[in-house]
Amino acid sequence: MSIAPPPAGPVPYAKELSVDLLRDMLRIRRLEERSAQLYGEGKIRGFLHLYIGEEAVAAGAMRALRPEDNIVATYREHGHALLRGVPMRSIMAEMYGKHEGCSHGRGGSMHLFDAKHRFYGGNAIVGGGLPLAVGLALADRMQGRSAVTACFFGDGAVAEGAFHESMNLAALWKLPVLFCCENNFYAMGTAIERYESQTDLCTKAASYGMRTLRVDGQDAVAVHEVTKGAARHVREAAGPCFVEFQTYRFRAHSMFDPELYRDKREIEAWKARGPLHTFSARLKAEGKLTEDEFLAMDREVAKEVGDAVAYAENGTWEPVETLLQDVSTGAAPR
Amino acid sequence: MSVTSYREALRQAHREALASDPRVFLMGEDVGRYGGTYAVTKGLLEEFGPERVRDAPLSELAFVGAGVGAALGGMRPIVEVMTVNFSLLALDQIVNNAALYRHMSGGQFSVPLVIRMATGAGRQVAAQHSHSFENWYASIPGLTVLAPATPADARDMLAAALAHPDPVVIFEHVQLYNLEGDLPDARNPDIHSAAVRREGRDVCLISYGGSMPKTLQAAEQLAREGIEAEVVDLRVLRPLDDETILASVRKCRRALVVDETWRSGSLAAEVMARIAEQAFYDLDAPLARVCSEEVPIPYAKHLEDAALPQPEKIVAAVNSMLGRAAG
Repeated sequence: MSIAPPPAGPVPYAKELSVDLLRDMLRIRRLEERSAQLYGEGKIRGFLHLYIGEEAVAAGAMRALRPEDNIVATYREHGHALLRGVPMRSIMAEMYGKHEGCSHGRGGSMHLFDAKHRFYGGNAIVGGGLPLAVGLALADRMQGRSAVTACFFGDGAVAEGAFHESMNLAALWKLPVLFCCENNFYAMGTAIERYESQTDLCTKAASYGMRTLRVDGQDAVAVHEVTKGAARHVREAAGPCFVEFQTYRFRAHSMFDPELYRDKREIEAWKARGPLHTFSARLKAEGKLTEDEFLAMDREVAKEVGDAVAYAENGTWEPVETLLQDVSTGAAPR
Repeated sequence: MSVTSYREALRQAHREALASDPRVFLMGEDVGRYGGTYAVTKGLLEEFGPERVRDAPLSELAFVGAGVGAALGGMRPIVEVMTVNFSLLALDQIVNNAALYRHMSGGQFSVPLVIRMATGAGRQVAAQHSHSFENWYASIPGLTVLAPATPADARDMLAAALAHPDPVVIFEHVQLYNLEGDLPDARNPDIHSAAVRREGRDVCLISYGGSMPKTLQAAEQLAREGIEAEVVDLRVLRPLDDETILASVRKCRRALVVDETWRSGSLAAEVMARIAEQAFYDLDAPLARVCSEEVPIPYAKHLEDAALPQPEKIVAAVNSMLGRAAG
């Protein structure tokens, strides 16, 4: 893996969008830092997969999509859900397993859902969301809607049959799917060169006859620009598009991962490319952000996180009598 | 009332569904230009066009998953998986997405998807093309599992499945496609109940799908031997209709289940367990079953026949249950 220099250069947006992108990333970061802490305290259980280090992808991409678009995400989806508009409160309550959670405590960290925001999960089978995204796009096309279905998945999914079958079907039927591959170079603990015969993922994707784009996933500006263009291409009915966001997970795969497979120097080199500090430095250098403004933003986000935790703490448990609810409509399970 | 084949009844059901609801579309391998592997969908491409009768690549995982997604997106897809054997390639999408989405999302999403597949053995197509896995699917919360055994059910269950807001899997036994039967004008939208296909009093024979004709044949033979068997067609494999099953068992006081799935962990095992749990003291004899032998289904005709439930095996099992020498 060659590690590029940190993202730099001017941010070609007005102050408002620039600051919004930074706030988006900061909200994910602070939410997840607190989640990790709560995991340590035993408040959050099960699997918890942190997105820390990859925030620029969700931030830049979500702002390139529209309310009518569909989002399909993975088990590392807190950031996508949050930036799509799912309230931090209901995400935190879901991680607590409370009734007030977006999935009423049925899903947990890996299964955040929100129909109102067309957020279709929270899919914890690697590659499992891709066929679903193809179908959502098919439904949109058959019903004459101009929506895009953005499907997020990791590099590990590229080794799954579901990836290849879905890419083929989407390209064959020219469906409006935006395949968003978050390449963090590891499928859990296995480095990409240890599981891919072809590590150039765009080359793989291009074989299906669709447009492919590669972008520095640590740079919110680059992500936003590329995703905007890709979404336009898809929306204009030109068929699906594959975007590879090269990024890096700063934390372990999950809270159970002792991280025996990565070189500490590699992690440090990527941390130098951290999406938050490099972006805020650029904004400061351009005079779009002062240290005081950043601190005020951080306090505001901390308040939102504190409020979300309080909301989850004060939430209620689903009564056990509702256990069998929402399995099937109508006939009670027998 | 008219006499129609199971295949034609299915085709009629598809035609009606496509004509009456613009959200309905059909997707699967060779459903269009080829006319369907079992010719069920013949003529539908010409009638409804390639947008609504979609030939899919040999990608069971992707097109079944796309059916899940399309259902989430407001459509009413009918996905034909050529056979249950190939459905194993799509199992992740059926189990992990279709069946779980409603619950896992806290009731926010439903998946109104209909998956049809051919099942069963008896055509000398050997081990990999002769499976019956209805029992697997029937064990999964979130799925409704249907097994039409008559042309009328073949027609009516499709419409009922499409009207259902959650995923429905329909098993069509390959030996039934040419079966002819009465097709009443009246529709039966019931996908909750088992049905008594033959009244009797001495023994209750419980079966479904492709084993139904064999079971009814066995009942006729038993009648010639002076034994009046009642025959219950499960129709709905999940959720099972305990009430109808237990009523018949209590009446006959003896029960035998006929099921083409392998004996261990068979659907028969589940039905027997429910009877034992709820009607043990109503029984005059131990429960019995006729299932497939625990062997990959062989190619040679005589071996295949020996591996599967047959009317003679059913008759013998009933005689044994009644303590009679085989007739």
